[in-house]
Amino acid sequence: YVDTNSNNTLLRAHRQIVRLRQMDDILLNAQRQGRISFYLTCRGEEAILMGAASALEVGDPVFAQYREQGVLMWRGFTLEQFTNQCFSNILDLGKGRQMPIHYGSRALNYHTVSSPLGTQLPHAVGAAYRLKLAGEPNVAVCFFGDGSTSTPDFHSALNFAATLNAPAIFLCRNNGYAISTPTSDQFAGDGVISRAPGYGMAGVRVDGNDIFAVHAAVREAKQYALSKNAPVLIEAMTYRQGHHSTSDDSSQYRSVDEVLTTTENHDPLNRLEAFLKKHDLLSEEDVEVMRKQERNDVVKAMEQAERRPPVPMRELFTDVYHDMPLHLQRQQAQLEAHVKKYPEKYA
Amino acid sequence: MKILLHSLPRRSWLTARRPLSHLTMATDPTIMSVTSSAQGMNMFQAVNDAMKIALETDPTAIVFGEDVAFGGVFRCSQGLQERFGKDRVFNTPISENGIAGFAIGYAATGGTAIGEIQFADYIYPAMDQLVNEMAKFRYRSGNQWQAGGATLRMPAGAVGHGGHYHSQSPEAYLAHTAGLTVVMPSSPKAAKGLLLASIRSKDPVIFLEPKALYRSAVESVPLGDYEVELGKARILREGSDVTLVGWGAQIQRLQKACDLAKEMDGIDCELIDLQTIVPWDAEAVEQSVLKTGKLVVSHEAPITCGFGAEVVAELQERCFWALEAPIKRVCGFDTPFPLVFEKYYLPDETRNLEAIREVVRSSR
Repeated sequence: YVDTNSNNTLLRAHRQIVRLRQMDDILLNAQRQGRISFYLTCRGEEAILMGAASALEVGDPVFAQYREQGVLMWRGFTLEQFTNQCFSNILDLGKGRQMPIHYGSRALNYHTVSSPLGTQLPHAVGAAYRLKLAGEPNVAVCFFGDGSTSTPDFHSALNFAATLNAPAIFLCRNNGYAISTPTSDQFAGDGVISRAPGYGMAGVRVDGNDIFAVHAAVREAKQYALSKNAPVLIEAMTYRQGHHSTSDDSSQYRSVDEVLTTTENHDPLNRLEAFLKKHDLLSEEDVEVMRKQERNDVVKAMEQAERRPPVPMRELFTDVYHDMPLHLQRQQAQLEAHVKKYPEKYA
Repeated sequence: MKILLHSLPRRSWLTARRPLSHLTMATDPTIMSVTSSAQGMNMFQAVNDAMKIALETDPTAIVFGEDVAFGGVFRCSQGLQERFGKDRVFNTPISENGIAGFAIGYAATGGTAIGEIQFADYIYPAMDQLVNEMAKFRYRSGNQWQAGGATLRMPAGAVGHGGHYHSQSPEAYLAHTAGLTVVMPSSPKAAKGLLLASIRSKDPVIFLEPKALYRSAVESVPLGDYEVELGKARILREGSDVTLVGWGAQIQRLQKACDLAKEMDGIDCELIDLQTIVPWDAEAVEQSVLKTGKLVVSHEAPITCGFGAEVVAELQERCFWALEAPIKRVCGFDTPFPLVFEKYYLPDETRNLEAIREVVRSSR
């Protein structure tokens, strides 16, 4: 694995994890200051995201849950694009309609995130089936958490993928918690991977804090899925280091000691840095410089995003349908007339 | 117009409701003219013909659902797997949320997905996928992604003995969801054209097929490729005294009520088939009510929050000063769909005739 090309890949992955942590820290604080309405970090799960993304191509459509911004970052989503979405400004690709962190990019083949859990799982099967019929050398990749495996869509998706021979990769981030619910309240079986044989599909459990393990599993899964026209389930074991979201205080249901111990001993960034330092690919000084630079870049992007104007009101009505139906045209005209009459109320 | 209602004779039609198969279909003036030859078809054959044309003209089109491979429990997909192969016409596991979600992913990746829900009564497990995903796919992504290639067909409505779970008309649940198009044809010819338009629509469509008409309704259907425009109502019968609005199999009962009103009372009804429930053709109904001054809306589904309520609310706002009588709704009752009481539950031609008479009698 450690050849020159891989070294570049590793260093790129490391750099992006550093960037991601800076982005998560700064936007988390921005939410605490009331500058954005909501945020959600992926701290502790970055090795899954970079390990998987680096084993895939942009031609492989991604269906994410919401804690996977690293995959999008790997594909080239910029700090400007992330912050534009969180600030719902005029440049947000989603036109300001969804809550922060509901990213999506057609150009990067990353389907737009939605809040309902598990719904993206059967979407990935439909996409995989389409890729198979079209003869594309690509797989559909679906990310989800341990909690989502309890939804009916998880069951339907895995069963559909197996019976319809769809080349899909289901990648579960088992981070121990669904908000406050520990996995012991989520399922009684042997985690998520034990379901794979029940559906008649291949599966593997990996150390989700080990970028090498995740990368290898996803790379092999893609080859397997394409050669067999069959799905693969991957359960990546990790730990949710941060709170569930900015609306959650995780000290209400887990001990600070548990968080600190796990974070110190199993942090994916520490592990990757230890490897890179051991092979003289990186020094502590490099990391310091990098952190500062990324921090500055994130702050700069955020401040610019914050200053950009909001999405114009007319976009409230567009894209509900491909063409705006008459009743929406009427409603739009009514709102415009109303706002024109009472401008001070909506300034 | 003056009618001597007290002099109306008591007639046998009050008790002798005839089965649907005895009714004849109206011609459909909204269908674009087609040059190809026509053939007598019932509704399942017309639906089958539409899917065959969709599969022929679009190499990405697929047909799937529970039991569609052998032809479907209502024969709608008969012969399609033999003709187009197992990759394009296939069974799925029994899971409505899976079918709907699969359709979304297939459509979002550029394909045309024609999914079947075996009965509209079983759409509810898929409601999350329909309401939260399919309907919002384009909007929530800022038009980066869309699931317009998805069409879900499903048999709906009363069938004589369907009880709770083989009789429902869930259009009002779906109509409350921005982003979905909801269609319900009332004849084989309209069904074929509307289904082809639905499959090719750039928006996801829920296509409700009145299962009572699958075999009973027969009319001449063009063999070629044609579409009936979505979002447009059709006026099935011109009249000057009262406007009747309905859709699906209810149109047959309304035809009958129109006949009876004319024959017995000389009342001249204008009958409008909405065809598309959402986005619906309020303008067509408005034009009619401005002319007749009276409106009766009728559907099989329960009355409270049924789509009739939407029609009534919109029309009273548009036509308040032209209305000569309170608008009436003739609908199913606010009960689950009952087995042995179906004949009392359904808003049949007698109840509609009574409503027409009341509206005309109370008009100023």
